[in-house]
Amino acid sequence: MFQIEFDNQDTVVGIDLGTTNSLVAWMNLTKPEIIPGEDASRIVPSVVSLRPDGEVIVGNAARAELIDHPERSVYSVKRLMGRGIEDVQEELKLFPFQIAEGSESVIRLVLGEKTLTPPEVSALILRQLKKNAEAALGTPVTRAVITVPAYFNDAQRQATRDAGRIAGLEVLRLVNEPTAAALAYGLDKRKEGLIAVYDLGGGTFDISILKLHEGIFEVLATNGDTHLGGDDIDNLLLRIALEDVRSEWGTDLSHNGSAVQTLRAAVIRAKEELSFATTAKIEFAWQEKTYQREITRELFENLIRDIVDRTLGPCRDCLRDANVQPEDIDEVVMVGGSTRIPLVRSAVEVLFRARPHTELNPDEVVALGAAVQAGILAGKVENQLLLDVTPLSLGIEIYGGVVSKIIHRNSTIPASAGETFTTGVDGQTNVLIHVVQGERELAKDNRSLARFDLKGIAPMPAGMARVEVRFLIDANGILNVTARDARTGQEQSVDVKPSYGLTDEQVEAMIEASIDHAEEDFEAAQMAGARVDADTILVAVAKAQKSEAWTELSGGEKAGIISAIEKVRAARDGSDRQILQTAVEHLNEITRGLAEQMMNSAVSAALKGTKI
Amino acid sequence: MPRQLEIDPKDLEKKFYALSRKLHPDLFARKSAQEQADALDASAVLNDGYRVLRDPIARALYVLKQEGLDIGEQGSKDVPPELLEEVFELNMALEDESATDEVLAARVRFEGMRDEIDAAMQTQFAEWDRTHERSALDAIRGQLNRRKYIANLIARTDKAHVSD
Repeated sequence: MFQIEFDNQDTVVGIDLGTTNSLVAWMNLTKPEIIPGEDASRIVPSVVSLRPDGEVIVGNAARAELIDHPERSVYSVKRLMGRGIEDVQEELKLFPFQIAEGSESVIRLVLGEKTLTPPEVSALILRQLKKNAEAALGTPVTRAVITVPAYFNDAQRQATRDAGRIAGLEVLRLVNEPTAAALAYGLDKRKEGLIAVYDLGGGTFDISILKLHEGIFEVLATNGDTHLGGDDIDNLLLRIALEDVRSEWGTDLSHNGSAVQTLRAAVIRAKEELSFATTAKIEFAWQEKTYQREITRELFENLIRDIVDRTLGPCRDCLRDANVQPEDIDEVVMVGGSTRIPLVRSAVEVLFRARPHTELNPDEVVALGAAVQAGILAGKVENQLLLDVTPLSLGIEIYGGVVSKIIHRNSTIPASAGETFTTGVDGQTNVLIHVVQGERELAKDNRSLARFDLKGIAPMPAGMARVEVRFLIDANGILNVTARDARTGQEQSVDVKPSYGLTDEQVEAMIEASIDHAEEDFEAAQMAGARVDADTILVAVAKAQKSEAWTELSGGEKAGIISAIEKVRAARDGSDRQILQTAVEHLNEITRGLAEQMMNSAVSAALKGTKI
Repeated sequence: MPRQLEIDPKDLEKKFYALSRKLHPDLFARKSAQEQADALDASAVLNDGYRVLRDPIARALYVLKQEGLDIGEQGSKDVPPELLEEVFELNMALEDESATDEVLAARVRFEGMRDEIDAAMQTQFAEWDRTHERSALDAIRGQLNRRKYIANLIARTDKAHVSD
């Protein structure tokens, strides 16, 4: 008899962790499918809100909170992933992020009573998607493929992977969003061909050119801008509307979080309408006043032309790097909600001289592709293979702050390069290597990635040591560094100090904190209980100290009790429940005689009819 | 693969795809950590090798290095004598902001020179594959130095274009 095995344990989901919206999908037998949430919505807005009682709300419900409690809510957190505070000054002007002190290498966001790093906020979104998938599939989901903008650097990729880990997901692969989209379109059906994927999302822009060959998707080149997307259009319209309101009502609302979020929702509605209609109205009501403005598509197109044009430069660069002419491109795939804008479509059509594909929902196509990649990794999808590239050159800082490139951009990944390092001073036992990402000539103009400290070099005259270092960019686009002593062949330890982002230890602590959360809550409740017990006994003992029984105690007995009281008081202000309970027990024990004595006095007093 | 400079790109690509289908880490996602690490390593080596072999210039530099004729940084600083006048004119044009047409014209000339070198190297590649004689490699080495210099000039015209 045949046994049909439902291999559900093997379910790997595909996740599109977007700036504006996030989605989860899986490979259902032969085709990828979006998994809807409990509210039946296929899209989970990337908005997180924290209720005063500590409850975390994600998605559509959090979007409502954004207006009522902007100080407890956050959106577009993807813009902060893998960035330092000096990178996001522009963002801070346009987005209502509240940044905590000490945000130099990792940004810390204030959300109600908590401070959270961007990976932790993203983890809350991922946790929601995981929950949605588990509810729909009826099985635990612990493994995922997560998509990232193709132009994301190492720190941004690491931050995304950290978010997955904090959410309790093993991230099997980070896949570039445009590449995932190409997979979703199943364009392998045409055996050979060149595809351009134009991906304009909420916060990022990517362009990738791929060559298809019998199921192999080989990325030839990629380019983009991690700071360009629909958000920029929203901010543009928002600024205009705020300015209008200021001159019409004489009120500046730009610092009123709730008002700004309400107006923002209004301009987004108008923007979306303009993709279908030739005019739309921005309508805004606030404290019995109303503001209205009609926008024609013509005006809208004039306003956004600069933004659209900013996508074309990277497209031309990408064509040049791929060494192809626009007319060589067979098909163009459009990804991201902003590609619904007619001006975007026509600009792409003019550049590539091909009518773009828009059959699949541009909001869903990346998640569907992630599910296909998940299927490839799980062995469910055969004969398809992605060969992706690294978007930025990898270099090391050499003499005079100049960069020596060791892996060039658009190299197929995994990719590696070896370099030999030596010492500059007699007896030197470690070598510091500064690794950067980017195309500029000076290290300071590029993105600092990490400093690697090669330790434990045997002391010898300068220039004699030989440490071979291998730089390897894995299939996720993340750098791995290993080193060995060329003389002894021994592996050398490498200490990594990431320039931006969390250290491994910090991520571990966050994983622990999220797993232990329930336990922590339980512990907090128990501690509160122990404090109540402590207060009860302290009050009773204080009372006893005023009784006649107290005066009958010896000096040593009194001193013992007083010291026990002090211990309980100290432990009560501490956070260790164990210590507090022990101190309370001890005080209880040591005052037993006193309590009995008091009891006796009370009884005899009662018999005498006198009040104590 | 035999050590040769002339390679059929279609054939090379076919071999690359076939090996990718065997070595890529995606195919080992359900295997042991050791097998995954090995696949990562092997596919990195495959990709590194393909990157060198598919590009005629990188390929030629690799063969030169293998034959002990590494060109290193040498030759990229000294102006080839026949280019002196061209370089002088380019410098003038680059300093003059209104001379964008001259810069573009220079770029077209440099690109022409580069294409000529590439064509000449094709013949020299075939020559070395046939004879494996040192003189053929020396000639290629000279061409590569000149080509590197011209590529730098083209890059400079690029930058001028970007800044305007």
